[in-house]
Amino acid sequence: MADQAIATRKAPLAGRRGGSPAAILTPAEPASRISLRAGHDAISALSAALGVTVPLRPKTSASTGKRHALWLGPDEWLVIDEEGADLVAAAASSGALHSAVDVSHRNTAVIVSGPGAEAAINSGCPQDLSLALFPVGACSRTIFGKAEIVLLRTAEDTFRVECWRSFSPFVFGLLSEGAEDAGH
Amino acid sequence: MLLIYCPYCEEERSELEFRNAGDAHIVRPANIAEISDEEFEEYFFLRQNPKGLIYERWRHIHGCGRFFNAVRDTVSDRFHVTYKAGEPKPDLDAEPKTNETVETYEALEGVAE
Ligand SMILES: [Zn+2]
Repeated sequence: MADQAIATRKAPLAGRRGGSPAAILTPAEPASRISLRAGHDAISALSAALGVTVPLRPKTSASTGKRHALWLGPDEWLVIDEEGADLVAAAASSGALHSAVDVSHRNTAVIVSGPGAEAAINSGCPQDLSLALFPVGACSRTIFGKAEIVLLRTAEDTFRVECWRSFSPFVFGLLSEGAEDAGH
Repeated sequence: MLLIYCPYCEEERSELEFRNAGDAHIVRPANIAEISDEEFEEYFFLRQNPKGLIYERWRHIHGCGRFFNAVRDTVSDRFHVTYKAGEPKPDLDAEPKTNETVETYEALEGVAE
């Protein structure tokens, strides 16, 4: 009898290392994610069901432990669970009208960390990332070179850069160039 | 680089995050199956293309994803005001006038002979 072929998951940025002393690049661990759409009347039920306060102010996020809810638009959020929990089921348990699409494998993320993190990201992103305008916890969908990204500032010198997996080699490459330049 | 104020994100963002979506305040006829070809052409294809202020739809496609409306000067590219989709046309006479010079091609290079 022939051996059965076992498929193994290949992470989009598996094994990549990069950056510079000014901005270190690390592929983020796999996480579960949903694209959440809902009206404002569903937000309190969804917040309770997800265990994280779904934010209503532009460019803000909320976190509970390893779960994050990021404002993307007036009725759109990206919810990330770094421990891989079933977010679609959690949202469904709210009983409120909403749409939750599992995008766990559509996205991947790069953690950019160090004193040059802002400069590395600004090599391809036009947003003002100064702490006054983009404080810890701020998040935004924006553009990085030719790729759309979602930025989340997790610490003064650390950003999570979410991108679509097919764009991730490009994003990682351009971040590497920016990280080199950030050291000068 | 142009900075465009998004009425949903409530701040100015780079033009790279936006996409133009044609003229604003174009009303689709309610009796679309009954109107003549000429009336349909008028509604669907014909635009004023003014030299000066134009009401346009823009989309913050790489931001909040929302369509909104803007009043832009087609000569200087200056955005006079942006407002949420569904809101009425703003009264432009109420907008503060500015005498600031704008760098147009004509101003810098002169008018072609
Ligand atoms: Zn916006």
